[in-house]
Amino acid sequence: MTALHEAPPALRPPDEKPVKKSRFKRDRSLLLMVIPAVLLLIVFNYVPMFGTATAFQRYSIYAGFWHSPWVGFETFRQLFSDPLFWSALGNTLMLSLVQLVFYFPIPIALALLLHSIMSTKIRTIVQSVVYLPHFFSWVLAVTIFQQMLGGAGALNQFLRQNGLGTFDAMTNPDTFALLVTSQVIWKEAGWGIIVFLAALAAIDTQLYEAAAADGAGRWRRLWHITLPGIRGVIVLMLVLRLGNVLTVGFEQMLIQRGAVGRDAAEVLDTYAYFYGVVNANFSLGAAASLFKGVLSLLFLLAANKIAHLLGEDGLYRR
Amino acid sequence: MTVVTPPADPNRRNPNRPNWEEPPTVAGQTGKGVVLFLVVAVVAIPLWMVLLTSLSTQSAVNEAGGMVLVPDGITFAAYEQIFTNQLVMHSLVVSLGITIVGTLISMVVTILCAYGLSRHGSFAHRPILLLLVATMFFSGGIIPTFLVVSALGGYDSYWSMILPTAVSVFNILVVRAFFSNTAQDLIDAAAIDGAGEWRTLWSVVLPTSRAVTAVVALFYAVGYWNTFFNALLFLPDNQKWPLQMVIYTYTLQGNAMPGSGQNTTGQYFGTQEITPLAIQMAVVTLTLIPILLVYPFVQRHFTKGVLLGAIKG
Repeated sequence: MTALHEAPPALRPPDEKPVKKSRFKRDRSLLLMVIPAVLLLIVFNYVPMFGTATAFQRYSIYAGFWHSPWVGFETFRQLFSDPLFWSALGNTLMLSLVQLVFYFPIPIALALLLHSIMSTKIRTIVQSVVYLPHFFSWVLAVTIFQQMLGGAGALNQFLRQNGLGTFDAMTNPDTFALLVTSQVIWKEAGWGIIVFLAALAAIDTQLYEAAAADGAGRWRRLWHITLPGIRGVIVLMLVLRLGNVLTVGFEQMLIQRGAVGRDAAEVLDTYAYFYGVVNANFSLGAAASLFKGVLSLLFLLAANKIAHLLGEDGLYRR
Repeated sequence: MTVVTPPADPNRRNPNRPNWEEPPTVAGQTGKGVVLFLVVAVVAIPLWMVLLTSLSTQSAVNEAGGMVLVPDGITFAAYEQIFTNQLVMHSLVVSLGITIVGTLISMVVTILCAYGLSRHGSFAHRPILLLLVATMFFSGGIIPTFLVVSALGGYDSYWSMILPTAVSVFNILVVRAFFSNTAQDLIDAAAIDGAGEWRTLWSVVLPTSRAVTAVVALFYAVGYWNTFFNALLFLPDNQKWPLQMVIYTYTLQGNAMPGSGQNTTGQYFGTQEITPLAIQMAVVTLTLIPILLVYPFVQRHFTKGVLLGAIKG
């Protein structure tokens, strides 16, 4: 068997083994450099990955992984018969869908708008401001939202002073999906424009000039040149988003679950956390995570397949 | 020598605008201006209110009914309070410690790994790369990670804030993409001069990669500074908490902050001149400051850093 990275046959000396050995010897220090990262990933990513096997056990802290009894799909039967699990799955999908519809187009629109601004000064100012919230923690972002939209927040001060009643967006389960989406927009939409801005900058300006010479107005140029020019990036972002359809900001949910209530704010990740760590039902939590992980992988592959059918590269080239 | 100047077009105020593009309409310009102003305001105004409230006197906060938008009475009393509060100061030290130590560890591990994988055709670099990338698409999930870290003794210790998240494969890919673009003749020249791989990395590759290392260091540092969930999982004792846990507990959940004699009602914190709100916002401002301080220096490199990773990764 020959590995993909070896030199083409014409250049390869007749005897392969010593070559491999000398390459190992040559690259010893490079391999040495890789070791710390690989070790950390093995301990904190690969061992837990195999530790997912606790989903098929009745795990007990006292018995540990090696001595807990194996129960097959028992835990999954328990999981699938739990109405709270289905409610968490439903919430996850619903929140994801609302974000897909209301969040996804915003960075694109913002990037188009910013790209059309001629003044580099204005562009730089706007960019530095809108990138900033990406670097705040969810604790900070939610705190800021609470001070703005919460029961004692700035919005309600204003409403009360003008005799318009009050509206506490932070504890209302009915509007929770919109609240979550507006938080994601506030925190991430600015940062999200970077990729689109770069794609826009890469479009050949001669195309615009030729189109203008042919009499295409600014909207026609937007439709026939700009949008097709960034189509690949849009599809890539969409594929990544669909692959993450079962992931809605874990910390964001965790922080707000208490105020809004489990019925609206429980998602798959918080379900796994509360059952697994807080209630110490480790196997059920691990089962919920495994279910999510496998389904996410399938979603990602499916979304990538669709991208290929649309004639785009998606995650990787065909 | 004659200088040819293009004829001045009264409709073209901006010299950057290409000739073929139609002059902007008034409605279009106004619309864009309004939208951009609103976008900036939505981010900036809440931050302004947080800062101002932390600097406001009790009477100014009362007047406003909560968060302060217009400066009224300015005082540093809230900051005097938190700088003498043992819990807040300790959490500040913890956060700074986690961030500095964590970023150092992460950068060393990331730069070494990225360089080790940056050479085309080096021994086993493809399988190792695959091993790394696979972790981006499948993870063990919260429970097994919790069990592994606990089994290794990470419960109630600081290293559980750092080591489990020390490696970001995305960041390795970003740095690796940058290193791969380092001019090969520079590396060859170093090799001819007898420099080993370590020497080449240190004196040839690193000095030409300042932009990307700055951006990646910022990404790591912000991640550590924002550590919240790991602290919630592994640090039961509020004597070990980082700042984010303090904000979560005493601002978001509204618990009374210990460390002052008179807060039995949760209404007042220390002397009555200061509201808990001003104190809360002072702690929030405290966590914002380091980000705001570092941000301007790194910001201009963002596009380079993010895009290289996105394209090659």
